[in-house]
Amino acid sequence: MFRTPLSLRGLSLIACSVLASLALSSAHAELTIEITGAGANRIPVAIADFGGDLGSARAITTVVRSDLERSGLFQLIDPAGAALTENTAPAFADWKNRGADALAAGSVSPVNGRQEARVRLYDINRQTSLGGAAFTTSTAMLRAAGHRIADFIYEKLTGESGVFATRIAYVVKNGPARYELHIADADGQNAQAALISREPIISASWSPDGSRLAYVSFENKKPVIYVHSLASGKRTVIANFKGSNSAPAWSPDGQKLAVTLSKDGGSQIFTINADGSGVQRLTTNSGINTEPFFAPDGQSLYFTSDRGGSPQIYRTGVNGGDVQRVTFEGSYNVSPRISPDGKTMAFISRRDGGFRLAVMDLASRQVQVLTDSHKDESPSFAPNGRMILIATELGGRGVLSAVSVDGRIKQRLSIPAGDVREPAWGPYLR
Amino acid sequence: MKRLAIPALLALLIVGCSSTPDADQAAAPVDSRGNDGKVATVTAGNMDSRKLPPELTDPKNILSKRSIYFDYDKFDIKPEYRDLVAAHAKFLTGHRQFKMLIQGNTDERGSREYNLALGQKRADAIKKQLVLLGAREDQVESVSLGEEKPKNPGQNDAAWAENRRGDMLYSGEF
Repeated sequence: MFRTPLSLRGLSLIACSVLASLALSSAHAELTIEITGAGANRIPVAIADFGGDLGSARAITTVVRSDLERSGLFQLIDPAGAALTENTAPAFADWKNRGADALAAGSVSPVNGRQEARVRLYDINRQTSLGGAAFTTSTAMLRAAGHRIADFIYEKLTGESGVFATRIAYVVKNGPARYELHIADADGQNAQAALISREPIISASWSPDGSRLAYVSFENKKPVIYVHSLASGKRTVIANFKGSNSAPAWSPDGQKLAVTLSKDGGSQIFTINADGSGVQRLTTNSGINTEPFFAPDGQSLYFTSDRGGSPQIYRTGVNGGDVQRVTFEGSYNVSPRISPDGKTMAFISRRDGGFRLAVMDLASRQVQVLTDSHKDESPSFAPNGRMILIATELGGRGVLSAVSVDGRIKQRLSIPAGDVREPAWGPYLR
Repeated sequence: MKRLAIPALLALLIVGCSSTPDADQAAAPVDSRGNDGKVATVTAGNMDSRKLPPELTDPKNILSKRSIYFDYDKFDIKPEYRDLVAAHAKFLTGHRQFKMLIQGNTDERGSREYNLALGQKRADAIKKQLVLLGAREDQVESVSLGEEKPKNPGQNDAAWAENRRGDMLYSGEF
């Protein structure tokens, strides 16, 4: 069904059919994104208007452009209405004069009742093609194809994987007794409610394959851990022991979770199989041990403990044993999350009375505070490790913010009149 | 806890059960086949009265007070609450059929999960004291609501002080 030899054809079918089959109810309030910073050396790129059916072409063009622009890594060059598609040889000199280093051109057309979007990317200075890609979707999921094309362009031009086609989870609080767990595209669009409850929902954590979320729900008047399959809506209680059950974090292989249970006294970290069986205790300190997070190699766990007199971050092996303290600066360091490459830790540090997003280079132990907020919470890395999604507060309302690991690029995601919190950036869609 | 002020509502929530006042758990499910299809009603919480005894709700009785307040990032029970905890321990000792749920709460500052653990420490501290003074371990469950259910939604010292709290709830109140 592909008309031109294209390099990424394998990706599209599975991912798009998974997206289309999601049985989530639709949520109306959508996140709007405001960019409050940009990278220093942005790549000038032109995205020509896509060819084909006007409505579909415009939808794809808009998604690709806004994805690239929002990343803060690209400067969009105005294509000035130039009409070309993936099959047109571009006038390289003209695009060079407009200041573009790269040009993408494509089209969208119906194939067997679905939409096929194609794109080709050019290096303007070297006057060569950097390759092409094609993606098919249902008409309703056309935006997903746009995100895939933006990921293709991003990867070709930056050398790292794009995350435009990933999804995020977050909780919206509407009034005193309505909590909604939403799943949205990484750009905040296409939001769907996976769970609606009268009681709080916190600590959402994506399974590594992106099909399930673990979270803590208070619907039984106490914290209980659930695993929720997004496509079917099927929920399984995996920890409802006496006392509190909280802070789920998936192991990288998706087989088990690290959780915090108070059943044995104090708050202790345990591992538990994804079906709720095989509970094993890891920590033995009598104080607070919580917020476990697996290192990407699956061999060690980072967590928060007050064993030294103030909340600090520690590390231990997945089978317990030796515990090393990781944070030393300041009197309140919590919520450790490790980057996908295992080199960086994002965490929340209290500085000058404010709770701020910080990163630590784990090799050098160098710490950089990335924000000047007063109420940052719940960091999670994008799957390519470039951005960190956090909850923060603006004008008394909860908003989400995505901050680049160097602190230069900041995007704010908010819902008009809504209180948004507890974000979690999902994995790559396979 | 709004419900504490509405004994009539409490009475509605509580159903009598006289068979197993001293069982550790709610009575085990009963096989009702061969019994004309009748179903045995099992009531969780082992209540043996149709409502809470008046001493738990009479505003003049110390037992009507259910909240213990804590300092910032602290979980030790301040001396001014010792009599209150002792009174509830005495009640639980004299009424073994009653169960209690202690909900620990924190103010909104800091990590939600760390606050959940801190609220647990507060609830555990109250439970420990109750057990020390005679309540049975299996009469009392301590859980945490962390910062999720603030009594006062304000963002100031007075609101935060109100939210750093442990609430003692009896069977039928949770």
